Amino acid sequence: MANTTKQVTTTGTDEFLKGLWKQNPVFVQVLGMCPVLAVSNTAENALAMGLATSFVLLMSNIVVSSIRNFVPKQVRIVTFILIIATFVTIVDYLIQAISLELHKALGAFISLIVVNCLILGRAEAFASKNGVFRSILDGLGMGIGFTVALLCLGAVREIFGYGSLFGLQLFGDHYQEWVVMVLPAGGFFTLAGWLVFFNWFEQSRARRETLKEATA
Amino acid sequence: MSERRTPANPPQTAPRVKVWPMYRAVVGIGLVCGLAIVSVFELTGPVIQQNKIELRQKAIFEVLPEAIASAAFRLTDDNRFEPTSPDSEGSDLVFAGYDDQHSLVGLAIEARGMGYQDVVRLLYGYSIESESILGISVLESRETPGLGDRIETDEDFQSNFGDLDVSLSPDGAAVAHPIEFVKQGKKTESWQIDGITGATITSRATADMLRESTVWWIPKIRRQMTDFRDPNNRD
Repeated sequence: MANTTKQVTTTGTDEFLKGLWKQNPVFVQVLGMCPVLAVSNTAENALAMGLATSFVLLMSNIVVSSIRNFVPKQVRIVTFILIIATFVTIVDYLIQAISLELHKALGAFISLIVVNCLILGRAEAFASKNGVFRSILDGLGMGIGFTVALLCLGAVREIFGYGSLFGLQLFGDHYQEWVVMVLPAGGFFTLAGWLVFFNWFEQSRARRETLKEATA
Repeated sequence: MSERRTPANPPQTAPRVKVWPMYRAVVGIGLVCGLAIVSVFELTGPVIQQNKIELRQKAIFEVLPEAIASAAFRLTDDNRFEPTSPDSEGSDLVFAGYDDQHSLVGLAIEARGMGYQDVVRLLYGYSIESESILGISVLESRETPGLGDRIETDEDFQSNFGDLDVSLSPDGAAVAHPIEFVKQGKKTESWQIDGITGATITSRATADMLRESTVWWIPKIRRQMTDFRDPNNRD
């Protein structure tokens, strides 16, 4: 992690932006694959899962960074997991109290957030070493990056699998649904496709830059 | 490895790990987290309970479209049904639906069973007149969104329940044709449920829990039809 060694020079904006592109949790770090593959079968599900995860990520980053000096490093993992699980449980109860209809739509996502290694990963790699403000920026950036990545997968899978986007039919009645795309296998296909695209994009950019340096 | 190994950190210089801060951190945070969870549970518990009852109440009228009033009945030990409060809970409840003439149009019954992820609870409407299931409404489910939760949203699957036959055998002792699960598009009889491709486990679980529930409840209900007089009817 180049960023952590150069902490003095990174600005708040860098901290926020790195989650969106350079260290995108899904396409670069390849973290949190269980929820990414499980609930990216429609754009709507992807958005809901992304937002719910972002909320827990932001809250756990805030708490972990504010107690980082109080927790000895030998017991840090157990305390981080405790904090994350507490937030997930509280969110689960609160949503049930606000609206059971909403809970029916989000219920399955909420329990999946506990197993998202992105949250523990950020607590361990970032929030336990940085202040509250930077951790908030990191949590927001990573959360948005995760949500956008999920949307990329969800949109592709929904368009092929159901011929719709956010529930709106795109191709009319004669479209033959490509069911495999909304099944788990489709998740792997789509993820592989996006990873190929991202790696190709990064490599061609690096090539262009080396060419530019060589000619200069 | 014949050389004598010298320890990299001689014991006398190794820093002693302090145990107290570890206890303090783990126990302290555990205590705070425990308190937070239990307090939120205590605070939201009654609200959640109320929400569940409201959702059930709404579902009764969804699965019994002709009903305009409902009443709860509890199955007693001697297999009779007695009126109880609509806020009651338990697996021995059925909900009767009445039209504007106070006559019984059907019963809403809860069925539960193991789905793909967790227990699925649903309410189904039983029509007295046509001896069939009129519709289902999912009360609680954690099935995979977009796949398992299609038991609620898939129109083809929902159309299974317009007129699903659960009539009794001539002697009234049992359901003549217990509900069967078949693969999508293979439905030929009125007591069969067409599954959903991509949600086979959840749709099969739905058929299984409906079969078990109807086999258990319908003969008991048909034997005690006179118990279901509208308790709100003062005529």
